[in-house]
Amino acid sequence: MRQAFQSPSGILLALILAIAFIGPLLPLADPLAMDVAARFAGPSITHPLGQDEYGRDLMSRLVHALRSAILISGGAAMISAMIGISIGVIAGYVRGFSEALSMRVMDVILCFPPLLLAMLAATLYGAGPSTLVPVLALVFVPSFTRVAHASVMTVRGQDYVDATRLMGASVPRIIFRTILPNIVGPLFVQFSFVVVMSVILESGLSFLGLGVLPPQPSLGMMIGAARSTFAQEPWLLLAPCLSLIVLVLVLNAFCDHLRQLFDPRRESGA
Amino acid sequence: MGWFVRRVIQSLFMLWVVVSLVFLSIHFVPGDPAELLLSQDGGAPDPLMVEMLREQLGLNRPLVEQYAHNVAGIMRGDLGTSMVDGSSVSAEVMRRLPRTLELIAAAGILSLLIGIPAGVLSALRPRGRFSRGAALAAGTAQSVPVFVLGTLLVILFAQVLGWLPAGGFTPFSRDPGKHLQLLILPAATIAIGLSAIVFRITRASMLDVLPLDFIRTARAKGVPARRVVIRHALRNALMPVITVFALQLGGLLAGTVLVETVFNWPGLSGMLVAGVNARDYPVVTGVLVVVSAFYIGLNLLVDIIYGITDPRVRK
Repeated sequence: MRQAFQSPSGILLALILAIAFIGPLLPLADPLAMDVAARFAGPSITHPLGQDEYGRDLMSRLVHALRSAILISGGAAMISAMIGISIGVIAGYVRGFSEALSMRVMDVILCFPPLLLAMLAATLYGAGPSTLVPVLALVFVPSFTRVAHASVMTVRGQDYVDATRLMGASVPRIIFRTILPNIVGPLFVQFSFVVVMSVILESGLSFLGLGVLPPQPSLGMMIGAARSTFAQEPWLLLAPCLSLIVLVLVLNAFCDHLRQLFDPRRESGA
Repeated sequence: MGWFVRRVIQSLFMLWVVVSLVFLSIHFVPGDPAELLLSQDGGAPDPLMVEMLREQLGLNRPLVEQYAHNVAGIMRGDLGTSMVDGSSVSAEVMRRLPRTLELIAAAGILSLLIGIPAGVLSALRPRGRFSRGAALAAGTAQSVPVFVLGTLLVILFAQVLGWLPAGGFTPFSRDPGKHLQLLILPAATIAIGLSAIVFRITRASMLDVLPLDFIRTARAKGVPARRVVIRHALRNALMPVITVFALQLGGLLAGTVLVETVFNWPGLSGMLVAGVNARDYPVVTGVLVVVSAFYIGLNLLVDIIYGITDPRVRK
C-alpha cells in the first residue's frame, strides 16, 4: 500500500483526494449559494475562480463536484467489489453448479451496455445518486467476478492450499486466510480500473442530466450547463473539463502503476 | 457444424433472457408501475390517468398474458408505442438507427485508418521517438471522456476557428456536402478514443508476430521489407485487432449516446434521452432491446469468424 502511493501518480492522486476531502472543510463559499447580481463575475478575493451563470462560486463547486465524483465512483466500486469478489471466489473454489450459474448470470449482465442500463434504471426509479450507485455497482460486478474466479482457479491447485486443507482447516478459513491474501494483487488493480470507468460513466450520466441532480454540483453537469455560455465565459466550461481530464489521467496512471507493481512477471522488491 | 449451431442457439437464448429481463424490469419496481411512471416529484398521480396508462401498457392483464403479448410483439418487430405521443417505437427506431450506424461506421473506418498504420510503425521501432509519442497520445486520448472531447472539439473547430458547424444534421439526399461536413466532428470524436485502442492492439499483436520464424524466413529469402511487414506480419497480426474492434463497436452503439447529444445528431440517443426524461418506458426498453440485440449479434459474429479462421476454438 505504501509502495502504491510512492510514485508520481500516487502522490498526485493523494493530492486530488486531499483537495476533494479537505477542501469542503475549508471556509470556501457555499457551492449552492446564488448571487444573480454577480452572474459571470470574474475572479475576486471571495471567489478566486469567479462565479457561474447563477453567481455561484466556481471553485467551491469544483471541489464539491470532485468529492461527489470520487465518493460515488469509489462507493460503487466498493459495493461492486464486495459482491463480485464473493461470487467469483465461491464459484472458483466450490466449482460445480454454483460456478456455471454465476458465470451465466455475469454473461447476462454483460449483454447490457452500462450507459443504457443506467438510463433504464433512471426511467424506472427516477434519476439521482440513489439510482446511480446501485446501477454502477451492478454493471461492474462481472469484471470483479471474472478476475476473482480466474485468480482462484490458478491458486486453488497450489500445494500450500492442499496443505492447509489437509491440516483440517475449514472452507471459510481456506478462502479467507489462504486464498484471498494470495489473489489480492489483481483484485486491487481491477478495483482501480473500475473506479476510473465509474468516474467516466458517472460524469457522462450527469452530463445527460441523469446522474447527480441539480443544484448539487457535478463535473459532468457543470460541463453540460456551461456549453451554452461558452462565448460569454469560456473558463466556466474549461475548468470542469480540465478537472475531469486531470482526475481520469491521474487515476489511469495510478492503475498502470498498480498493474506494474502487482505484475507477477516483474521481479519483486524495488 | 455442431459448434456453430450451439453458438447460435446460445446467442438466441441470451437474447431471450435479455428481452425477458427488460420486460420484467418494470415489475421489479416496488409499488404499482403505472403510478410510478406517472408520479412526478412525489405528487400523487391522477387515478384516471393511472387507469388509462394501465390499459395502454396492458398492465391490467395477467402477467403471463402480458409477457406472451410482449415477446410475440418483439418477434414481429413491434416494440410497442410511446406513452407520450402514441407513436410506434419501432418506426422511430428504424428512422433513427441508420443515422447512428452511419456515425459509428464513419468513426470505425477513421479509427482503423489511424490506428493500424500507427500500430505497425510503432511496432517496427518499439523504442523509437514515434512509438513513445504515439503511446503517450493514445494514453491521453483514452483518458478524456467522449463528451468532454466532443465539447472541446466544438470549441476549437466551430467556435474558435470557425471551420466546421457546431452540430446538427442535414439528410444526405438534400445536401451531401453539408451532410458530410456535419459528420466530421462527431465521427472524429468517437474515432480518437477508438483509434487509441486499435493502435494498442495492433502494436502488441505485431510485436508478437514480428520475432517469429516465418518472418525471418521471408526476410532471408529476399522478400522486400515493405512486403514482409504488410503481407506476412500484418496479415497474421490482424486477428486480435478485428476481434477487439468488433467488440468495441458493439459498445459504441451505446457510447454514441453522449456524442450524439453533444452534436445534436438525431440518432437513437435523442429518442432515448427524451424517453428517459419523460419516463417513457416503452421507448427506453425498445432502444435497449435493439442495442442489446446488436451487441449479442456482434459477439456471435466475432465468435463465428474466429471459429472459421481458428478451428481450435471449436472444441
